[in-house]
Amino acid sequence: MLRYRRPAPGTQPELLHPPYVSSIKRAPTQPLIQLPHSLSETTGPFFSKEVVPPKGFDLTRQHKGEPLGERIVVSGRLMDEDGRPVVHSLVEIWQANAAGRYLHKVDQYDAPLDPNFTGMGQTLTDEEGRYRFVTIRPGAYPWRNHYNAWRPRHIHFSVFGPAFATRLVTQMYFPGDPLLEFDPIYNSVPVESARKRLISIFDWATTTPEIALGFRFDIVLRGRNATPMER
Amino acid sequence: MSGETTPSQTVGPYFSIGLAWLNRCDLAPGASGGERVTIRGRILDGEGQPVPDACLEIWQADAHGKYAPPVNSEEKSPAHGFSGFGRVPTNDRGEFSFITIKPGSVPGPDGRPQAPHLEISVFMRGLLRRLVTRLYFPNDPANPADHVLNLVPGGRRATLIPRPLADDLHILEWDIRLQGEHETVFFEC
Repeated sequence: MLRYRRPAPGTQPELLHPPYVSSIKRAPTQPLIQLPHSLSETTGPFFSKEVVPPKGFDLTRQHKGEPLGERIVVSGRLMDEDGRPVVHSLVEIWQANAAGRYLHKVDQYDAPLDPNFTGMGQTLTDEEGRYRFVTIRPGAYPWRNHYNAWRPRHIHFSVFGPAFATRLVTQMYFPGDPLLEFDPIYNSVPVESARKRLISIFDWATTTPEIALGFRFDIVLRGRNATPMER
Repeated sequence: MSGETTPSQTVGPYFSIGLAWLNRCDLAPGASGGERVTIRGRILDGEGQPVPDACLEIWQADAHGKYAPPVNSEEKSPAHGFSGFGRVPTNDRGEFSFITIKPGSVPGPDGRPQAPHLEISVFMRGLLRRLVTRLYFPNDPANPADHVLNLVPGGRRATLIPRPLADDLHILEWDIRLQGEHETVFFEC
């Protein structure tokens, strides 16, 4: 059986990252135990077309009117470390509206809600591992992690890939955002080149005339060992 | 080659906007065969406070020890309709509850059978990566030989095995403790 590779050191966040204050009381203190991969880890859930709402990819058409803000196309490929496309795989996103407000009872930021924007999307990747969302550019917003803390604009992504071992939840950021430098969540990834993979790329190819700017965000899931044995 | 993988980031406090549409707290609706169980408990942080903004995902085999095949594969699932996937949020009191069937035994890495278990991912604000744990079944005769349980120090194994209610053995109680004396065992998956 092919096992999934472990991440290279520093390319994933540490669970305890004190600048992100919420991690202090929630990150486990005991060392994690390495789980040898069996069918339990190399299989995973799949979701059929029937499960996914047909309009799930377009967050600007889920209500009577159009949401306020800057319309954008966010697209990319879901693939593994060996460059193989991850096909027919569920991608879920959620985000704040253009003013930086989430449609959520816990969000107390006094920026306005938008009656035409929920901020939820879902789609399946195609035969080449591609996905595409139409949405609006989310706003930055304050949070209470530290004095004058602001989250950079971001879109949350949840992907499954082919196995329990490949499950990934992450956040997509925007190029040139001045807040990235100060964000403890973005900076929880120790290696800079790994961190920068969280930043989308402005993309002329998907920028749609008279309609929307395009941003590309490719998502790479763990690859598998070339040899059957892990060590 | 390794290390190209996109880094994980926290789900944050507002994940229900994007994830609640796929909540599944009954993994075995209808007649799926197998022994139905309810698993319930709380998630507790380092101060013993319940975590109201967490979400569990479950992945498990059916009663025959078979994982559901990919949607487009030619392989037919023996227990038709059982997907093996659950997504279960905690409520305002940090409690979760889900219904499923006890899975059959699945082969381990060396081909020997594993004890019946659920694979569980834990997501919440404050976790920069998901946590992975396993749930085993109380008093299962296969537990003592399970290769994963045997990787766990003896004193901590009990954190992976829920307790049946005295008056209803089909209700299993299982708390997830993120820190502290009885910290749940978590795995590097």
